[in-house]
Amino acid sequence: MTGGHVWLCVAVMAGVTYAIRLLPLILLRHEIRNVWFRSFLHYVPYATLSAMTIPAALLDAPTPLAGAAGLLVAGALAYLGRNLLLSAAAASLAVWLVGLLA
Amino acid sequence: MTRRDLIRFLRGLRDGLPIGAGYFAVSFAFGIQAREVGLSAFQTFVLSGSNLTSAGQFAGLRIIQAGGALAAMALTQLVINLRYCLMSCALSQKLARDVPFWHRFFIACGVTDEIFAVGVGAPGPLRPAYFYGLTAISWPGWVAGSVLGVLAGDILPGSVSQALAIALYAMFVAIVVPAAKADRRVLAVSLAAVALSVLGQALPLFGPRHAGMLIVIVTVVVAGVAAFLFPVGEASGKGGEP
Repeated sequence: MTGGHVWLCVAVMAGVTYAIRLLPLILLRHEIRNVWFRSFLHYVPYATLSAMTIPAALLDAPTPLAGAAGLLVAGALAYLGRNLLLSAAAASLAVWLVGLLA
Repeated sequence: MTRRDLIRFLRGLRDGLPIGAGYFAVSFAFGIQAREVGLSAFQTFVLSGSNLTSAGQFAGLRIIQAGGALAAMALTQLVINLRYCLMSCALSQKLARDVPFWHRFFIACGVTDEIFAVGVGAPGPLRPAYFYGLTAISWPGWVAGSVLGVLAGDILPGSVSQALAIALYAMFVAIVVPAAKADRRVLAVSLAAVALSVLGQALPLFGPRHAGMLIVIVTVVVAGVAAFLFPVGEASGKGGEP
């Protein structure tokens, strides 16, 4: 493996990834009028964040039970209207504690 | 930068703190793998600093190791990171209307799962200063973790890094739950997405390497059907957001 090949790979990775991030932002300059597309984009964050969280969080944790504990703590605090930082810290603590018990 | 923008930037730094901490833990694991593949600390610094993405970088590392073709690398990155395209579409509509065009080139640098989540979850139209605050605290966490992983190797206990990594998922939960509490349609979207995602992972069709594509498919199907069943009214599209 040569250094030149590594740098080429890094350049391709960065270029493709940046293009994916940038193109929609510069192509969709104006407010979208189409009701279906507007609604679609309104639901995108919730669909994508939910799909990314479960089952991945359960599979990435020390045990699925520890992952579930972390998600439950985060969910409960968020439901009560606590802020992001507290939810994240409490979830980390919960996973760590349940991981110790396991 | 106006005083109000400074406050937005600082608020972004605060809200992004769990992202930075979580990134540090995850990218540490990336650095350890990069070292095994034979990358130097400087190569890893540039790689993590210019890509700022988790799954794409891990997959890229495997292709570098195998000496794969650049076309294969480009295609892999496209498939794994295609979800950012959906996220940027959503951000383009969330962005405050009076923001100068050139900001979009810098905002694009920070579109990751977590920064997008917090940025889009914030109430009201998105201000660039807030988004830059989120990015400014997340990027150093990701890059520092990667480089330290190369230099130090496996020094973080597994239990600690796994506990920090859950912080990233906790943020997703913290954004979806209040919105689902306020709006039953969002609740339905969230539950449907989880069900399809679990189902998709269980199918042999989508191994862990195709998780990125699965997320795109689930998102397009669920948000597409929801937009058909529960269209968001003209007026409530922006202001009605929680």
